[in-house]
Amino acid sequence: MPTIVKVLAFSLGMALIFTGIANLLPQVEGQAPEDKEVDLGALTMDSFIALGEDIFKNKGTCTLCHNNMGRAPDILHLDMNEVSRKHLADERYKGSATDVAGYIHESMVDPGAYVVKGFGKKGSKDTESPMPAVNKAPIELTDVEMDAVTAFLQAKDGGEVTVALPSEAPAPSTKEAVPSVAATAEEAIGKFGCSACHAVLDSSAELGPSLKNIGARLSAAQIRQSIVDPNAVIAEGYPPIMPADFADRMMAKELEMMVKFLANSK
Amino acid sequence: MLTRLISRSTTQSRWQTRFWILALLAMLLFFIGNVPDSSSGIGFVDAAHASETVAEEAVELKGAPKLKREDYPQLLGMSSRSIVWVIAQMHLYLAAFVLAVPLFVTVIEWIGVKNRDDRYDDMAHEFMKVSMTAYSLTALFGGTLAFALFLLYPDFMGYMMRVFGGQTLVYAFLFFAESAILYIYYYSWNSLRYGNKKYIHLSLGILLNVVGTTLLFIANAWATFMMAPSGVNEAGAVTGNIWEIMRGPLWNPVNLHRFVANIAFGGAVVGAYAAYKFLSAKSLELKAHYDWMGYTANFIAILAFLPLPFAGYWLMAEVYAYSQQMGITAMGGILAWLFIVQAVLIGTILLAANYYLWSGMSRCDGSERYRYLIKYIAVTLVVCFLIWVTPHTLILTAKETAALGGSHHPMLGPLGIMPAKNIAVNLMLIATFLSFQLYRRSDKEVTVAWAGLGNALLVTIYVVAIANVIFAGIYYGYFTNTVYKVGSSVMQVVSTLIVIIAGVTIDSLMFKGAKTLPSKWGQVSNRAQYALFALPIAFTWLMALMGYVRSSVKTHWHVYTVMKDNSPDNYIPAIGHAGNMMTIATISFVLIVLFIFWIASLSESRQVKPVASA
Ligand code: HEC
Ligand code: HEC
Ligand code: HEM
Repeated sequence: MPTIVKVLAFSLGMALIFTGIANLLPQVEGQAPEDKEVDLGALTMDSFIALGEDIFKNKGTCTLCHNNMGRAPDILHLDMNEVSRKHLADERYKGSATDVAGYIHESMVDPGAYVVKGFGKKGSKDTESPMPAVNKAPIELTDVEMDAVTAFLQAKDGGEVTVALPSEAPAPSTKEAVPSVAATAEEAIGKFGCSACHAVLDSSAELGPSLKNIGARLSAAQIRQSIVDPNAVIAEGYPPIMPADFADRMMAKELEMMVKFLANSK
Repeated sequence: MLTRLISRSTTQSRWQTRFWILALLAMLLFFIGNVPDSSSGIGFVDAAHASETVAEEAVELKGAPKLKREDYPQLLGMSSRSIVWVIAQMHLYLAAFVLAVPLFVTVIEWIGVKNRDDRYDDMAHEFMKVSMTAYSLTALFGGTLAFALFLLYPDFMGYMMRVFGGQTLVYAFLFFAESAILYIYYYSWNSLRYGNKKYIHLSLGILLNVVGTTLLFIANAWATFMMAPSGVNEAGAVTGNIWEIMRGPLWNPVNLHRFVANIAFGGAVVGAYAAYKFLSAKSLELKAHYDWMGYTANFIAILAFLPLPFAGYWLMAEVYAYSQQMGITAMGGILAWLFIVQAVLIGTILLAANYYLWSGMSRCDGSERYRYLIKYIAVTLVVCFLIWVTPHTLILTAKETAALGGSHHPMLGPLGIMPAKNIAVNLMLIATFLSFQLYRRSDKEVTVAWAGLGNALLVTIYVVAIANVIFAGIYYGYFTNTVYKVGSSVMQVVSTLIVIIAGVTIDSLMFKGAKTLPSKWGQVSNRAQYALFALPIAFTWLMALMGYVRSSVKTHWHVYTVMKDNSPDNYIPAIGHAGNMMTIATISFVLIVLFIFWIASLSESRQVKPVASA
């Protein structure tokens, strides 16, 4: 074989081995954050919190640092309500926030206001934060998005959400969505008017299937789906008239209480 | 009612930006009258700048353009990024090669003068010959690259031109100067060969390298500006002078890393040239010549390679200091997997280099004294290599985690963490240096009286350094829980560097005027020559890989934090796709290099068709 052929074959072989290794590794693309359109009119506190969680894990890139690898405080697993109060009371605190929501917001726009011990920039003795201000490039969260993140961080450990929904949301729907969260499953069923169509609790309406022994027929997951997305599976012999917007109008807590209650109705 | 969250706040910030621009403008108007044009600083003064009118200053303070997807021209539905990717890579390969070769050629030429040995001079001349064809191709690809960039990314290039302005003219001027000096240097080789004239020639070589290195540093500034912009405000409007723009936080680390890496790369490519000629040579005399040439090229490549990981770590440390976010994106996000490929490549380089040295020891009977050590070195290299490629823990965004099925690699263990890798890397470097040193010693018979003492000292240094590398790694890595584990790697690096420096120093003193044993050049095995091909191929691929990291850590930005990339290609491609691109670039480069070798041999002899008949 001529030298040139051997050399070419050898080069090609080596390059292909390297390519092969690159192709064996997990293949992930790093997508640029998308500008998601959010329907502020239909925004409920629950979808707002869900938006916050999505921003935290994707566009905000918070999980790049805030995870369990010691790069930054693992705020997903810390109770941020408690942590915020503790840090507000710390003598090293130099910011101007007074409550939990204010502290979380400040941590995002001015991370240096309080630098968690051991996480400061190398060599700065915890006086400078390595966290970028998230309302600036490269992360560039808007005020609404930061509020959503704050709501998420407050809500995830069952704390009270004190940030308001974006002001552009029309007044009526905001007023309806935010007030009185049902305390029990029975209350929630009453609040959302399930008994208008279903036989449940002391109702015997027949527009929809009876829910009295629903736990015997459907699993909790199927029940959840029937409420969140009623048109996914239509029960035989019934018209598809069940409202599809419960998911947006309910708090996660209300939904879960209801699902648990129905699943246990055997 | 649908409201775009995003646009609401950008209008707001656009107004803020306008306000700031106006405020800055007012300040500028105020200062321009008072401050003499002393701000242009060192070096690259834009002559036009000083005479600019106030109105033009106002234009210059415009921020970076905000582009929409429609603003990006498409060529025949092809991915613009892929086109620019391959062309830029070819230009970089060739440029790295032609800038590196004169660096060591001048040194070899000087060695030839000092030793009064014409062989060195001839070899230096021949290295230059290879680089001459590459030079025109570099210019060709450079022109194509500029054309492609202006065609496919007009607004981005417009912004870069606005930022760098006159500096690009300096670049163009230096390019012409480089060409002129290069041709004079090469073609005057024989006419300025002896006596004082040789010193004129050597001075030309030095001038050539000064110009070439300046070119490199200027071009580096473009890349580092895109990663870590300086001299511009948040909106991308130019606020500093050209010196402030160039002197970003990553400029010097990249300057050093590329300068050294280029030498290693250039050495590896001429090594392949020598190997190619060796394999095609018919006479023992020619084989001997190219054997020696390959050996020298390999020597250059490895010597330049050894400090590279340290330069790489410095670069990475500066990236972290500039932006923790960018640092983690590179080392702990989706890109982290690529460092496994990097480890494979560097492992390949080290194994190939060592194999070549061991094979080369057969040239000299004196090597028998050291042969028993090879097996230990080999075992060390392989074990360390395996530790190095053990994947590190990775953390990702929720989406990536879902795509990978968990953030932790199943093979994760104590070997996957950084301190273990640091031990492995440093031991591999020490082992390679040992191979190198044994090789250098194998054809020499020591004559100085303090040889025993020198050897004892050297062995002690090796033992202490190795113990220190292991101890620092284990102690700081596993038994302390400080976040300052970095401290351990500094200790390790220092140990490794001490071995290298002490090894070179002691040996050069000890073997000064030593008796040289005869070497049989030209009888080395053909298989050893393939190690000389493996080296540049791994290097070439590695360069493409690192270019991919450099470009990807900017995520969806043309210029990080200042100018967004809204093109259809604004995502980080998956490693497999990137790997395919790298292989396309590498194979194209191999073809070009073979073409260059062929051209080089055309001029040298009366053989009509060396390639076809070989
Ligand atoms: C580049 C890494 C990085 C990114 C990205 C990042 N952070 Fe941080 N963050 C840190 C570090 C480090 C600290 C601890 C130092 C400090 O207190 O400033 C911190 C602190 C915080 C704190 C205060 C915690 C406390 O205990 O007081 C909050 C709240 C926070 N980050 C929220 C966020 C949110 C929300 C995001 C995403 C929008 C985010 N961070 C993105 C690195 C990061
Ligand atoms: C406007 C009448 C209406 C209201 C109000 C209504 N539903 Fe329904 N629901 C239906 C109808 C009709 C069906 C059957 C068709 C279908 O599956 O969508 C149904 C189906 C279901 C199912 C699935 C039953 C099966 O056997 O597959 C569940 C569970 C359920 N509804 C729960 C609820 C709960 C909980 C509420 C209150 C939050 C509620 N529904 C409110 C009309 C209603
Ligand atoms: C082990 C630690 C190393 C790290 C962390 C590292 C990191 C980097 C980074 C981030 C770049 C991009 C900068 C740029 O492209 O200008 C780069 C470039 C480069 N590195 Fe390294 N490197 C390391 C070791 C090496 C080694 C051992 C080699 C030698 C074989 C090497 C060869 C190169 C080359 C040739 C480039 C230039 C590529 C280009 O600019 O397109 N690196 N390195």
